[in-house]
Amino acid sequence: MKITVDQEKCCGAGQCVLIAPEVFDQRDEDGIVVLLDAAPPTALHGDVRESAEVCPTAAIEVAQEE
Amino acid sequence: MARSADTPPLDYPLTSKAALEPPEEWAGLREGCPVARVTLPSGDEATLLTRYDDVRAALSDPRLSREGLASPDAARVAAGDTAGIFASPMARALNDEGHERWRRMVGRWFTARRMSALRPGMEELTARLIGRMREHGGPADLVAHLAFPLPVLVICSMLGVPESDRDAFKGWSDTFLNTTRYTKAETEAAHRDFAAYMSGLVDAKRAAPGDDLLSHLLAGADSEGEPMSEAGLVATGQALLLAGHETTAGFIAMMTAHLLSDRTRWERLVADPSLVRRSVEELLRFDPNGSGFGMLRYVHEDTEFSGGTVPRGTTVVCSMAAANRDERAWQDAAAMDLDRSPNPHLAFGVGPHSCLGQPLARTELQAVLTVLLRELPTLRLAVDPRELRRHEGLLTSPLRELPVTW
Repeated sequence: MKITVDQEKCCGAGQCVLIAPEVFDQRDEDGIVVLLDAAPPTALHGDVRESAEVCPTAAIEVAQEE
Repeated sequence: MARSADTPPLDYPLTSKAALEPPEEWAGLREGCPVARVTLPSGDEATLLTRYDDVRAALSDPRLSREGLASPDAARVAAGDTAGIFASPMARALNDEGHERWRRMVGRWFTARRMSALRPGMEELTARLIGRMREHGGPADLVAHLAFPLPVLVICSMLGVPESDRDAFKGWSDTFLNTTRYTKAETEAAHRDFAAYMSGLVDAKRAAPGDDLLSHLLAGADSEGEPMSEAGLVATGQALLLAGHETTAGFIAMMTAHLLSDRTRWERLVADPSLVRRSVEELLRFDPNGSGFGMLRYVHEDTEFSGGTVPRGTTVVCSMAAANRDERAWQDAAAMDLDRSPNPHLAFGVGPHSCLGQPLARTELQAVLTVLLRELPTLRLAVDPRELRRHEGLLTSPLRELPVTW
C-alpha cells in the first residue's frame, strides 16, 4: 500500500487521525494533514482505506502495490 | 407520486409525522424530483437537492458559494423580513476574513489529537451529570440533565466563556437559528447583544489572557503574520459558541432516542462498546433531524445536477439528511446498521466548508455514549417514541425533552 495526501485539498476535519492515528496526523500550525507512514503495515490497511473513503475533501489517495 | 417542474413549490422545511422518522416526501423527491422548487419560511423560492451525489457535488463545487448568500438576490430563510444566520453581521464578518485563511487559523485548535486529549475530561463531566440525574431519580429528562449541559460546559471551557452566561447565549443562539419564531426587532437585538457580549469577552481576554481559545486566537496570526480583525474575532467567538453547543446538544438526545427506540440496538452496544465509534457515524447518517434544515448555497454559474440544470442566481438547499437516506448511495438506506463501514455520510457537510468542529463533535458524542452505556446499561425510554416532540421554527429541530428511566 502506498498513501499520498493532498495538503491543498485538506480541510482539517481530522477523521483520518481519529481512525488511523498511527498513519495520519495534523500540523500544529493549521490542522492540515501530515502523513506519518506512507507504507503502513497490513494490519492498518483497513483503517487507512476507511480514512480515505470518508475524507470530506477526498485528500487521501491509496494505491495498492503488489 | 412523482413531482414535476410544473408542480407548485413545496413548503420548506418539510415535516415528518414523528420526531424519529424522516419526512414522507423524501423518497418521492429523490426518485422523481431531485431538483425541487421549494418556498422558504421567508416566502422566497429556492431549489431543494435530496440525492446523495447532488448534495455532495453542490457542497464541493466552487461555482456554488456560501458567501453568495449575502447577495441581494439570494433567497432569505426567515419569515418577517429578518436577516437569517447566513446573512447576519456575524456571517459577513467571517466571510471578510477569507475562508481558507480563517479555517486554518481556527482549525489548528480543533485537531483530532487536541480533541482526544479533552476526552477524559468530557467523560468525567458526563459521569458527573449522570450522577446528578441518578440522584434526581427516573423518569428524568435526558435533554435537561445531560444533552444540553454537557456541550455547553465543554465549549465554555474551551473558549473561556463563563458557563453562568448560558441562558443569555442560549437565547441569542436560538434567535440566530430563527426561521419563524422571532420578529425582526428580536433578531436585530440578538445580533447586536450577542456581538456586544462577545466583544466584551474579547476585550477582557486581551487585558488578561488565559489558556483558552479566545486568548489564543487573539495572540495568533495567519501564515503572513497578519492577525484576525476585531470583528472577525468577535464573529468567530459567536460562531464557535453557537455551533459548539446547539447541534451537539440536539444530537446527543436524538442519538440516545434512536438507540432506545429499538432497544436491541442499545443492548448490542452495552454488550460491545467497541462499536461506539462506528455507531456514532451511523447515527449521524440515520438521524433525519441531525443536519436540520440543510446547508444553503448560492449558485454563481449554471450548474448541472442529476435532476437538471440549476441556473445562476438560484439559492440551493442541500438536504444532507435526505441524501444520507438515498437508496442510490446506501445499501439498506432506511435501516440502522451499527457496523456500516465506510460511512461517508454528509451530516457535517463535505468539501472545504465541512464542519470545522467535527472532531470535537465526534469526540464528544463518542465520550457521552461510552459513559452512558457504562453507567446506565438499563437505560430505556419512559415514553412511547411517537410521543417525542421537537422544537419548531428554528433551523435545527432538537427534541424538547427525552424522558428516560433506568
